[in-house]
Amino acid sequence: MRKTIAEINEKIRKGEAAVVTAEEIIDLVADKGVEAATRSVDVITTGTFGPMCSSGAFINLGHPKPRIKIQRAWLNEVPAYSGIAAVDVYLGAAEVAENDPLNSVFPGEFSYGGGHVIEDLVTGKKVRLRAEAYGTDCYPNRHWEAEVGLEDLGEAWLYDPRNSYQNYNVGVNLSDRVIYTYMGVLRPRLGNANYCSAGQLSPLLNDPLFRTVGIGTRIFLGGGIGYVAGHGTQHHTDVPRLSTGAPSRPAGTLAVTGDLRGMSPRYLTGYSMLGYGATLAVGLGIPIPVLDPEVVKAAAVTDDDLVAPVVDYSNDYPQGTGNVLGEVTYAELKSGSIRIEGREVATSTLSSYHRAREIAETLKEWITSGRFTLTHPVQLLPCEARGGEGGGLNDQA
Amino acid sequence: MIKRKIVLHFPHEQVDKPIVSKLVRDYDMEFNILKASITPREEGLMVLELSGEQEDYDHGLDYLRDCGVSIQSLSQDIRRNEERCTHCGACTAVCPTRALYVDRDSMEVVFDQDECVACELCIKVCPPRAMEIQY
Repeated sequence: MRKTIAEINEKIRKGEAAVVTAEEIIDLVADKGVEAATRSVDVITTGTFGPMCSSGAFINLGHPKPRIKIQRAWLNEVPAYSGIAAVDVYLGAAEVAENDPLNSVFPGEFSYGGGHVIEDLVTGKKVRLRAEAYGTDCYPNRHWEAEVGLEDLGEAWLYDPRNSYQNYNVGVNLSDRVIYTYMGVLRPRLGNANYCSAGQLSPLLNDPLFRTVGIGTRIFLGGGIGYVAGHGTQHHTDVPRLSTGAPSRPAGTLAVTGDLRGMSPRYLTGYSMLGYGATLAVGLGIPIPVLDPEVVKAAAVTDDDLVAPVVDYSNDYPQGTGNVLGEVTYAELKSGSIRIEGREVATSTLSSYHRAREIAETLKEWITSGRFTLTHPVQLLPCEARGGEGGGLNDQA
Repeated sequence: MIKRKIVLHFPHEQVDKPIVSKLVRDYDMEFNILKASITPREEGLMVLELSGEQEDYDHGLDYLRDCGVSIQSLSQDIRRNEERCTHCGACTAVCPTRALYVDRDSMEVVFDQDECVACELCIKVCPPRAMEIQY
């Protein structure tokens, strides 16, 4: 039983495509088996919503009169990188406002950063632009201030070099003091454990060997439409794996991009991590085409089958020892407590499973209604365990 | 026997008077101070859990009002901005009373105001800053 993306798209256009979420496929496979599910389902939708620091936006500000070659720029006092063409800037999600006290009064609050500017823009708010330049013959302007909203800008594209981590650490604290990390507040002596993955709904845990997602895959991004630009930074696929093929450590990542216009603050939310910094919570969902039974088998993975490593963030993580305290399943993590070193430890998460579900459902609705068709990846992403450094899909659509 | 959590706002001129001790002596009430602060040259604020017989409780509160103390029920003080909450669950790691917890079916973060003691730990821990304090 094999299908091509072209065949699936034809069904989507006719409004006949059968779409289920990565949660629904679990029950379907349990009831009817992999072969039957492969015949009856065309697309499986996934979703995740969590803080993704390696996010940001390329923005073209348009030219004032006289023209300017921006040397330094700020949006709502958050510095934007301007070492590219005259009025192009890159606003990083983790950049904080110029006058932020940072961690000088510990733990710092990091109330406003690049992620918040991006949220404000997609909300439709105006932000304050301030730019300085040294002046040239062709770009004489040296100073520019303006109130700008999304409608005033030239292009505004989200471009995230690393999103949608395939699996992630569970953070704990073995020390005697409270620590403030990107994994949230970790109380001393194994006071709590924080995880950050949607588990069985997570896009890349449903396609563990990158058999369908590749460069050019159209996705749900920030409430709008985005595309996979390539593998993300720190994309490591040579990691320990379970018999299902799913990695038991943080593994692959995606670089993604999409037009900010059409995105929504519900799925691009500025976050402040106490004592750590500012960031952006990104909502992202990937449609998985049901090409063959292998695709279905991988996507039917459950929280019982997926494991995450427990890592001490007081010493092992900051010092880079590579030490892992143990492994726990996502079913255990989502139950509210796990056992580590013989002790029961309460869990919480930074990844909103509630919103991940909403994203998978929304993407399902988009595809079912014919508004969203699938793309054939230009090239698959590197993955040692699949064998091969990219290349095309097996089927030729 | 009733038990309530209340917020008392003491006016500037009453801050140095032993008001709460009178609740014990004259009105036979028990109290547990959950939070107390005095802002220089401003007002005093105290979050109390008060328990006692209904009649004593009512008279005790009348006495506090006669002293110029304004009384608010605690549940009105910590609020969740439903628009901003992303149901991530970061707050549940620090909430000491499980007033904030995850409903395992819906995977939504539930805020049970009856269990909230207004410790304020969630305020700065909430990544989208959805928890708001209103004194």
